[in-house]
Amino acid sequence: MQYQSQAVARPYFIAALALFVAQVLFGLIMGLQYVVGDFLFPHIPFNVARMVHTNALIVWLLMGFMGAAYYLVPEEAETELHSPKLALALFWIFLVAAGLTVLGYLLVPYATLAKITGNDLLPTMGREFLEQPLVTKIGIVVVALAFLYNITLTVLKGRKTSINVVLLIGLWGLAVMFLFAFYNPDNLVRDKFYWWWVVHLWVEGVWELILGAILAYVLIKVTGVDREVIDKWLYVIVTLALVTGIVGTGHHYYWIGTPEYWQWWGSIFSALEPIPFFAMTLFAFNMVNRRRRDHPNKAATLWALGTGVMAFLGAGVWGFLHTLAPVNYYTHGSQITAAHGHLAFYGAYVMVVLTIVSYAMPMLHGRAANTNKSQVVEMWGFWLMTVSMVFITLFLTAAGILQVWLQRVSDNPMPFMVAQEQVALFYWLRALTGVVFLIGLAVYLWSFFVKDKAQAAAN
Amino acid sequence: MSGSFTTSAARNIFYGGTIFFVLVFLGLTYRNEMDIPKRDRREMLASPQIAQGKKLWETNNCVGCHTLLGEGAYFAPELGNVVVRLGSKEAVKAFIKGRPAEGIPGRRSMPQFNFTDKDLDAIADFLEYVSKIDTAKWPPNIQG
Repeated sequence: MQYQSQAVARPYFIAALALFVAQVLFGLIMGLQYVVGDFLFPHIPFNVARMVHTNALIVWLLMGFMGAAYYLVPEEAETELHSPKLALALFWIFLVAAGLTVLGYLLVPYATLAKITGNDLLPTMGREFLEQPLVTKIGIVVVALAFLYNITLTVLKGRKTSINVVLLIGLWGLAVMFLFAFYNPDNLVRDKFYWWWVVHLWVEGVWELILGAILAYVLIKVTGVDREVIDKWLYVIVTLALVTGIVGTGHHYYWIGTPEYWQWWGSIFSALEPIPFFAMTLFAFNMVNRRRRDHPNKAATLWALGTGVMAFLGAGVWGFLHTLAPVNYYTHGSQITAAHGHLAFYGAYVMVVLTIVSYAMPMLHGRAANTNKSQVVEMWGFWLMTVSMVFITLFLTAAGILQVWLQRVSDNPMPFMVAQEQVALFYWLRALTGVVFLIGLAVYLWSFFVKDKAQAAAN
Repeated sequence: MSGSFTTSAARNIFYGGTIFFVLVFLGLTYRNEMDIPKRDRREMLASPQIAQGKKLWETNNCVGCHTLLGEGAYFAPELGNVVVRLGSKEAVKAFIKGRPAEGIPGRRSMPQFNFTDKDLDAIADFLEYVSKIDTAKWPPNIQG
């Protein structure tokens, strides 16, 4: 750690990991509800568990992105953060707001929550991933703007590296696209059309810039490859991401009341969306192969390589699997979608946050890397989580193929719930694999507390 | 990734490419807004019932279990065509009304929301409106 103010990243990373645990626990509840339908009913119905699961994910990834920005922007800009106090204040505001929102989901019926938080003033709630009460949404905007103010001023007064510029564009894009969360017309077709401007243009648009910038930063640090080379790769990757991803939004406009020409625009452009992710895989492996130093933090290098591979598989390959309109006609809104969602979020965004956490946390504690033993435990966490997520995805894909066949393709299509019972075996396997994921997460977290005997003695 | 291809060339391609495709997308969006009045049944929205039904759909987080035109959660059936599948708005209302408060042992069950008859009418009208949107022949069959 070269600049004192980088230290504000630490609480962000810790809170992110705590919310990650909450996300996975609620994921397990849902996984069980898929096969034991009345589990925790009516106290935690499926929809409530799902809100906690998805919203905790979004919030912890945002926490991770903010922590990453606070850590790497000062170092890249070669100057202290504009205001570390503001960064710390925003952390507490964001954490308390997120905590209260989750408590609201769990303790009050959703309709009551909507009423007491002023949804009548401007109805924005009850849309997938944007379930947060109006006050929370306004809070997110305020925190995002104050965060961007802090980060932007830091970049402006210091060195404007490609990594900082790309990261900044991604973060500003994130904040701007979120404003569409406040637009909720009565016309369902238009509601859905602009809802995707938040959801798609986040995860298949501006978030990829953030992902690219964080990955590039960690690769510079662990490989020592020339910045000139890394910068070029970064620009090529983010160009490919936006050139394919913006018009690729069309792959959500096939069946929601929008015209048929979207089937062409969406199919062609989103079929190209795996390319930037493949470039990311090549990027990570190329840089590590051409490394000019052997950084002692092997775990961070593993996470960086893992991000490249798993983002390509989850976002790229599993996205391509059902993105062409004639295929999507059958798979739209099935377990195939869930399979893709899990591996894409884990492979791209979860793993990139864990990459920067892995690199930065030892630095924040004043050492280049954790002890060998701690890194070995961390790598066990990496493999357990990654392999179990691959299997969760495979089981959901199997469930999805079977569901699509039984419910949508066969001569005598089954009703939804009848088809669900037919695929229950795969839901059981998914739930069990979810337990392995939780074990992997526990091992990963344990790695933060592992000390060598020698080190313990020195302390 | 070497030779004459410089970082500033890469950066310029990034800015140029991004701006170009943002403009393409905005153009498509404009065209879309021109075309959807033929498909989205906006004339039905003259009845405030449907907006009220949509609001109830939202404030009870129905999308947390169901899909609507294929978007949402995959825990419970698609509802874009539910009025057609169950045969009538009356059948939809009766189904919602009849959910047991304590659920069904061992099985997935919809919560009992204790809607008033007025609420149920609004929800059914909203779902009927959704079933009339031109969705390019999706879903493939009545089961959703």
